[in-house]
Amino acid sequence: MKVISETTYYIICGSLLVFTVLTYLAALVDLGEWNLVVALIIAAVKGSLIILFFMHARYSSHLTWMVIGAALLWLGILFSLTLSDYLTRIPFASVLIF
Amino acid sequence: MNSEITLERPEIEPINYLNARHGIASWLLTTDHKRIALLYMISLTLMFFVGGFFAILIRLELLTPQGDLVTADTYNKLFTLHGLVMVFFFLIPSVPTVLGNFILPLMIGAKDLAFPRLNLLSWYLYLLGSAFIIWCLATGGLDTGWTFYAPLSTAFSNTQVIKGITGVFIVGFSSILTGLNFITTIHKLRAPGLTWFRLPLFVWTIYATSMIQVLGTPVLAISLTLIAVERVFRVGIFDPTLGGDPILFQHLFWFYSHPAVYIMILPGMGVVSEVIPTFARRPIFGYNFVAYSTFGIAFFSFLVWGHHMFVAGESMYAAMAFSVLSFAVAVPSAIKVFNWTATLYKGSISYDTPMLYSLGFIGLFTIGGMTGLFIASLGVNVHVHDTYFIIAHFHYIMVGGMVMAYFSGLHYWFPKISGRLYPEGWAKLAALIVFVGFNLTFFPQFVLGYMGMPRRYYAYPPEFQVLNVLSTAGASILGVGYILPLIYMIWAWKFGPKAGNNPWGATGLEWTTPSPPPEFNFDITPVVTEPPYNYPTVDDDE
Amino acid sequence: MQKAEQFPELQYRDLDQQREAAELGMWIFLTTELLLFGGLFISYAVYRHTYPEVFAEASRHLDTVIGTVNTGILIISSLGMALAVYGAQTAKRKRLLFGLIAAIVFGTAFMVLKGIEYYHHYLNAEFPGLRFDYSVPDAKGKQVFFFLYFAMTGLHAIHLTIGIVLVCIILYLAYRRRFSPDYYTPVENAVLYWHFVDIIWIFLFPLLYLIDVHK
Repeated sequence: MKVISETTYYIICGSLLVFTVLTYLAALVDLGEWNLVVALIIAAVKGSLIILFFMHARYSSHLTWMVIGAALLWLGILFSLTLSDYLTRIPFASVLIF
Repeated sequence: MNSEITLERPEIEPINYLNARHGIASWLLTTDHKRIALLYMISLTLMFFVGGFFAILIRLELLTPQGDLVTADTYNKLFTLHGLVMVFFFLIPSVPTVLGNFILPLMIGAKDLAFPRLNLLSWYLYLLGSAFIIWCLATGGLDTGWTFYAPLSTAFSNTQVIKGITGVFIVGFSSILTGLNFITTIHKLRAPGLTWFRLPLFVWTIYATSMIQVLGTPVLAISLTLIAVERVFRVGIFDPTLGGDPILFQHLFWFYSHPAVYIMILPGMGVVSEVIPTFARRPIFGYNFVAYSTFGIAFFSFLVWGHHMFVAGESMYAAMAFSVLSFAVAVPSAIKVFNWTATLYKGSISYDTPMLYSLGFIGLFTIGGMTGLFIASLGVNVHVHDTYFIIAHFHYIMVGGMVMAYFSGLHYWFPKISGRLYPEGWAKLAALIVFVGFNLTFFPQFVLGYMGMPRRYYAYPPEFQVLNVLSTAGASILGVGYILPLIYMIWAWKFGPKAGNNPWGATGLEWTTPSPPPEFNFDITPVVTEPPYNYPTVDDDE
Repeated sequence: MQKAEQFPELQYRDLDQQREAAELGMWIFLTTELLLFGGLFISYAVYRHTYPEVFAEASRHLDTVIGTVNTGILIISSLGMALAVYGAQTAKRKRLLFGLIAAIVFGTAFMVLKGIEYYHHYLNAEFPGLRFDYSVPDAKGKQVFFFLYFAMTGLHAIHLTIGIVLVCIILYLAYRRRFSPDYYTPVENAVLYWHFVDIIWIFLFPLLYLIDVHK
């Protein structure tokens, strides 16, 4: 197991706190639909920093990467196929027009 | 005189996992994967007969068109508990926890699983889950169907839903931990030289199964938790009167429960992939294709769950996608069937009991799979949805496929597990009885379903009676076929002839150990230098 | 100082193999945890799609200040855990103990603030199942939002509580000098778990607290 220096940990922690403030500030600006996207991107960046450095994934084996990849892929399947139903439903009212 | 001589030279039983330690505690606190496999075998057999008991009552009720044996409420509980017990407490754990636990470490040349104590914990969780189910049925049972659809399970049913859910929830954790253990073991504890493409195919299928268990079961856990919370606290997450969406529960439930079908069938395919080469004396045809198709099935199994909801109000575009994806699962499944058949070609086949069951598996699984294609197409699905056609289809996969494979594996590895041979004549008879009984039970149900008999009803119009009588008759034959192995295996465990290390002349590391294996499997870690199923082929001599 | 831990268990070749197996097992376990939360996240996505305006309105009933502060608190607790691993790896005992204690303290602080929030929601009749006012406009969507809020943060809080208990055990073992640069797998795995719980919160925070704050 590779030893990561304390300095790295402090830097990562600092940037995580900065990103937290950034999320909050971004939410104060009206970006319409993009508010959600920006918030999720920032959260993803924060999550990646934690996984890569705090959880040492950056220095881990390919196997660990595969496990992480599988987890994200399956989460993606759960989301995309469930939403494939909800996002393509025809509202009942518009069916009645036919 | 003679007696003194025998006293001086007692027959020395070699030390093995069965006689190395004694006493109840040496079983209940064991971390030996072989002993845990036996513990699982006993508890699974009990649950199998509990589930079978409900099946008998269901078939008896359906003997006549009127509801005369049980009331409608009782009938609801019968089919619910039959499904629940069979699916979650027998089919899903069967091959992985019994045969996988016993054989997997032997196959890869390991001394135990990666986390032996976790393995024991899994068994205790299984017991705890079973205890909840027994408690549930002792205090009045459950009538929601094994699918727990909301809002029936949350707002309307006044049976023991919470106990049932808790049981399934707990056994889900047992399943997750087993899968986690197997994946880690296969990755980290393979013997030197045992590369991925030298692994027996059984290991591949157990790996794929474990993947499904690990990735799917948590979603079942959370959806059952939500059901329980909604029921207890009267909140609305699925209940439409409080703002929820019942279809969402079906999405979450089937995200696990469709792949769960493949948790059941994949290890069975693994068993068949072991048995066929052994008794055809040929290397498996197209090893790489069989291995990859295992993962193909595991992956596609997660992309098809919407086909359970074609008539439930799912978007028609999503339904089309799910329909096409469901057809896609047939491809890797067919690859397997073709490769098994090709392995048989020009093989020197011997029809021992495991082989009989495996051949039965191929035929019945094919029928189950093909009818699956019928109901994956949107139009036909609307017609046969929730009819006995569906019942027959998935029983061909689960009973005709999976239970056959389980029996195949049990007979195949019985000499390794017990050190004894089972009586071949009786076993062949039982295999025949199971095959005949099974087809007589479930083939009429295809016809019934196509004629429009809905599932989950305790009474039916009189014109369906002939076929239902046939089905019930078949079920009683099937019951005999399942009790026979129980009797002769217990007998053989005590009185059967000694098996020797490798009674089938099979390849694979598990057959290099003594039968029964010693406590820690291998005194010296084996080194593997050849591919699996390395049988001398007739073609080489020609 | 070191005892039985120096030898691998029977089924392993050496300590390295045993440690790798434990690490792999932990990552697989975290995968199952992710899918467990995944079921709630997809429910959230579906209902936010169904009730977009109601969710935005209901979100304004959450205390953004406490939410933001709590995010910071969790991140700092994660730093503590990261330092604990560093201490275990480099045999710096003070760093190890200090990191673990920091994680426990900040983790508990998070729980306290969370409890205060829950109490306020209870007082405001925004606690589906215990006390909820169905007479407000859009009660259905609001009920679903608050149910999801409690389910998601509640499941997270359960995980965090388990984490705190785990870290307490690790702290006791560390105090008894059970870890060394050769053997610190329990520390490593507890740390992975803690960070995972942290990541879940990092996604929960904007999804629950920051819907249309600007309005």
